[in-house]
Amino acid sequence: MRYLYYPGCSLKGTGKAYDESLVAVFDKLGMDVKELPGWNCCGATAYMSVDETKAFALAARNLALAEQENGSDPIHLIAPCAACYLVLNKVQKYMGEYGHLREVIANSLKAVGLNYHGTVKVRHPLDVFVNDIGLDKIKAAVSHPLKGLKVASYYGCQVVRPYADFDNQYNPQTMDQLMKALGAEAVDWPLKTRCCGGTLTGTVEEAGLRMSYILLKEASKRGANIMATACPLCQFNLECYQGKMRGTFGDSIDLPVAFFTQIMGRAFGLEAKRIGLQRLFVPVKAAPAMA
Amino acid sequence: MFMENKASDGEQPRVGVYVCYCGMNIASKVDVEAVRQFAEKLPNVVVSRTYKFMCSDPGQELIAHDIKEQNLNRIVVASCSPLLHDATFRKACAKAGLNPFYFTMANIREQVSWVTANSAAATKKAEALVAAAVARVAMHEALEKKRVPVHADVMVVGAGISGIHAALLLANAGKKVYLVEREPSIGGHMGQLDKTFPTLDCSACILTPKMSEVKNHPNITLWTLSEVQEVSGFSGNFKVKVKRNPRFVKLELCVACGQCVEACVFKEGRVPDEYNIGLSKHKPIYMPFPQATPASVLIDPNACLKLSRGKCASKCVEACDRAAIDFEQKVEYSEVDVGAIILATGYQLFDAKKMPEYGYGKYPNVYTMIELERLVNAAGPTQGEIVMRDGRKPKRVGIIHCVGSRDKRHHPYCSSVCCMVSLKMAHLIRERIDAEVFNFYIDMRTTLKGYEEFYDRVLHDGVNFVRGRVAEVTDWAMTPGEEGKLVIRVEDTLIGVVRRIPVDMVVLATAMEAHDNADDVRRKFNISCSKEGWFLERHPKLAPVSTFSDGIFLAGVCQGPKDIPESVAQAGAAAAEALALVDKGFVEIEPNSACIDADTCSGCKTCVPLCPYHAITFDAEKKISAVNEALCKGCGTCVGSCPSGAAQQKLFTDEQLHQEIEGVLNYV
Amino acid sequence: MSSLQIQARIKHQEELDPDFANSIAALPGGENLSRCIQCGTCSSTCPVSLYMDYTPRRIIAMTRAGFKQEVLASNTIWLCASCYECTVDCPRQIKVTDIMYALKRRAMDEKVYPKRFPTPVLAKEFFKSVLKTGRSNEGLTVTWMILKTAPLNMLKQMGLGLKLLLRGRMALGIEKMEGDPTQIRRLMEQVEVEEKKAH
Repeated sequence: MRYLYYPGCSLKGTGKAYDESLVAVFDKLGMDVKELPGWNCCGATAYMSVDETKAFALAARNLALAEQENGSDPIHLIAPCAACYLVLNKVQKYMGEYGHLREVIANSLKAVGLNYHGTVKVRHPLDVFVNDIGLDKIKAAVSHPLKGLKVASYYGCQVVRPYADFDNQYNPQTMDQLMKALGAEAVDWPLKTRCCGGTLTGTVEEAGLRMSYILLKEASKRGANIMATACPLCQFNLECYQGKMRGTFGDSIDLPVAFFTQIMGRAFGLEAKRIGLQRLFVPVKAAPAMA
Repeated sequence: MFMENKASDGEQPRVGVYVCYCGMNIASKVDVEAVRQFAEKLPNVVVSRTYKFMCSDPGQELIAHDIKEQNLNRIVVASCSPLLHDATFRKACAKAGLNPFYFTMANIREQVSWVTANSAAATKKAEALVAAAVARVAMHEALEKKRVPVHADVMVVGAGISGIHAALLLANAGKKVYLVEREPSIGGHMGQLDKTFPTLDCSACILTPKMSEVKNHPNITLWTLSEVQEVSGFSGNFKVKVKRNPRFVKLELCVACGQCVEACVFKEGRVPDEYNIGLSKHKPIYMPFPQATPASVLIDPNACLKLSRGKCASKCVEACDRAAIDFEQKVEYSEVDVGAIILATGYQLFDAKKMPEYGYGKYPNVYTMIELERLVNAAGPTQGEIVMRDGRKPKRVGIIHCVGSRDKRHHPYCSSVCCMVSLKMAHLIRERIDAEVFNFYIDMRTTLKGYEEFYDRVLHDGVNFVRGRVAEVTDWAMTPGEEGKLVIRVEDTLIGVVRRIPVDMVVLATAMEAHDNADDVRRKFNISCSKEGWFLERHPKLAPVSTFSDGIFLAGVCQGPKDIPESVAQAGAAAAEALALVDKGFVEIEPNSACIDADTCSGCKTCVPLCPYHAITFDAEKKISAVNEALCKGCGTCVGSCPSGAAQQKLFTDEQLHQEIEGVLNYV
Repeated sequence: MSSLQIQARIKHQEELDPDFANSIAALPGGENLSRCIQCGTCSSTCPVSLYMDYTPRRIIAMTRAGFKQEVLASNTIWLCASCYECTVDCPRQIKVTDIMYALKRRAMDEKVYPKRFPTPVLAKEFFKSVLKTGRSNEGLTVTWMILKTAPLNMLKQMGLGLKLLLRGRMALGIEKMEGDPTQIRRLMEQVEVEEKKAH
């Protein structure tokens, strides 16, 4: 199966390690993946706050670009960043539900030379790895089982809701299953899908900081020695502010927070630089089996 | 063109047309006077009138008067749906000496004024429909309704409180009743309850006397572990095939002494006890519950070693000094003839696992309301002690209303009883273990007799009420006081603040829902289900216990969520309607059966296998097919399929239909 | 002598804006606004509702009733992190998150927010960056936001910025999208044209 890859702006910036490790894992699994040429920013949450139709048009442009790529085959567009994943799915759904919206956007795209038919399937890498590739193939690729690693799988909000249909919205399991297939232990904890604060850590710091702090605290309490994330903003909030949390809450957490693809890469025996381990703030060496 | 046609019986048609205002129902959209004037000019029309309410006595008098004075021989009433008043006007014609089948209706209410936005368009449509009716009625023939005797026996399906009440009423009226119950005992969900609201009567105490009466009533044939397989026939003459599953115990011998259960090779129970919602386990041979009726044990063939594997020491047989155990019992089928059927199949409860946010199935101390009922019941798995799965007694309990109800993602309706059940439970918990109780609700629905007073009583008990729908039950602790507890996060909408309340036990008031197999069941009886899966009544206001299939009645929750007094009342109503049907002694059959013209029939047999009621037989000697009028339901399938036009349906002959179409087309 | 501070809080019908509710309900996602039964599930599940002056449930009620001033001036709409819990949990399937976005836009259009408030500034900077290059650069966008709203904070954030830079997580330049970057601007202009046509 051929896949198109939509990195999103964050994966070229703060989430660079996600991009690197994801591409490395694609390669190791022998997947046919090509970056979507000419992709633009999806608009994330910020654009929606300014102008709704324009925000949808912005995201829809990527879907129209993807349509050009695969001809008649079903087009699978992998969007690893949770916000991108949500926005692209939302656009598709709303263009289907609201005729007026569809008309305006489809016409606007046509005017700049692009066509939209709503045929692209937007996928998350978790969905692709667990449902397309399959856990057996993942297990087979493991050369360094992550024994002793207790992973708190953190899905965040926008991967599992409201549009994702590949996992249970209240108690998702795909990342947990993936971690188990890598030989690690999946910690059972109740805050898997509780918001990390998103952009609030930047705009209303007190609120945002506490939301991420709560997650780290509970994950540690339940015995996790690493947290796995699927979104660049979640990873940034959870990892990069641990220093600030020390100051604000008087509490040293020091929990490594890695992208789940980095954990996969480690289990596949890929070298540290290739999966961007050096980019992490909290050294992942602290966690057993990750060194 | 219809203007030239004489009536089918050779007489010149003399038609009376009556256009109804129906108060404002028709007149608000349709220009009734204009329709009257239009009708006057139609061929064969002698008299054309309007009236405010044609179905009233004076309205009917108008028709009778004109039939006599104007020598009318055809009547058209343009008003509401024939379903509502066809019978009314036919009777009016008959009273005036005119054969009632010389009458037809044009529906200018449901089909015109209620569904057309524009007045001019509505009036035009009404005129077209009247023209059609006038043209059609000229081709009507005089017909006679046939009388068919009915069976005096009645079947009641489902033996919960509704089925029991209906069965007893009918039996006491001298009717023979077949009471068919799927479970090994009668009693239904009411038997599982401890106390009933608002009086806090002990459920078993008020139910078991009735159960006993059923068992001992000479007019009631009780079949438990039985299900209806097939129903055929029609109102007054149903043939029902019942599948009777084996109990593996001879009912007439077992005295429920329990020695077989003691002796069973299983040292302890292994099969999750459905009656106790899985809170306890029973052995393969077991008593459903202490007051089970019939009072007899039964054997689960899947769990029993002898029945599933063929090998067992069978200590139970040894222990039984009445030799009641019979491993050879097989499935039996019984076929009975009944005149009426009452469905009282009840409900099932919403599966709380469908709402993972409440943690049912994940956290051991989250219960459904019915589970709590069993805990609180003295005959239940904990002998009436409110003890949780981890052995502790809760110090604080949270009761969550509306789980699965009032929720577009699950059931949009309100389940009617849960507020009262939740209040009842709150009261019982306070009474038994003096725990702190919180009820989380959206609205408090305490409408019927004594219910609001009960709410007041529970308020006085010191139960805490928080108006807010709970989004989540979690074991994540934010403060030391929340450690080890289940935390309910809720917006206290009345005070206006978000709260976190740690509790030991959570109870979910789950929705009532239609049985999973409701759709299969309803097909057997040829009735419909509503959008939410409940059996559909004929009319929500005026005919809540009858269905669109004559002779099939509904009682209890199977028709929609309701409490015990409403169920009993409905069961009484259903029994009365069934009684009216069978006591009359006969049913009149609408003369709309098909008939095959012997001369035109070519004997192609196309119609024979198509008839859904197996009403057509082929006469091999005469080489033609013939319709059995008693079985024919007038569906018209044979008429539609007949290549030669030999098959015709009374009241819907080709001529009548063609004239009706001509009538419309001339004015459209 | 200190006197008891009181304030009259009564709402007269003339003070309410009946069009406000309709304008929000008319947007994609706002259609079920009238069906709210005020159960409070949205507030209950919202992880930031504890900070809000009006919880999501109250915002819905106030929007419906036409309390336009209070709604647009609330801190609720800025605290919403669009985690979608409310939208998923609502038993009436009201798209609460979409309504929050609509209110955000309305507040920004009518300039109802505290001076130098970060969120609208962030949104606008983001918007500008994407319009120009087709991409957003988080580091730069946030930097502009801090400079425009709380410049003294720059010093505090420098540490974080440096760390990101050293680990290659902050691009210094702006990565542009492949192909013709003016296509975005033209697309947006076309959207405006199409919307005018539709009305």
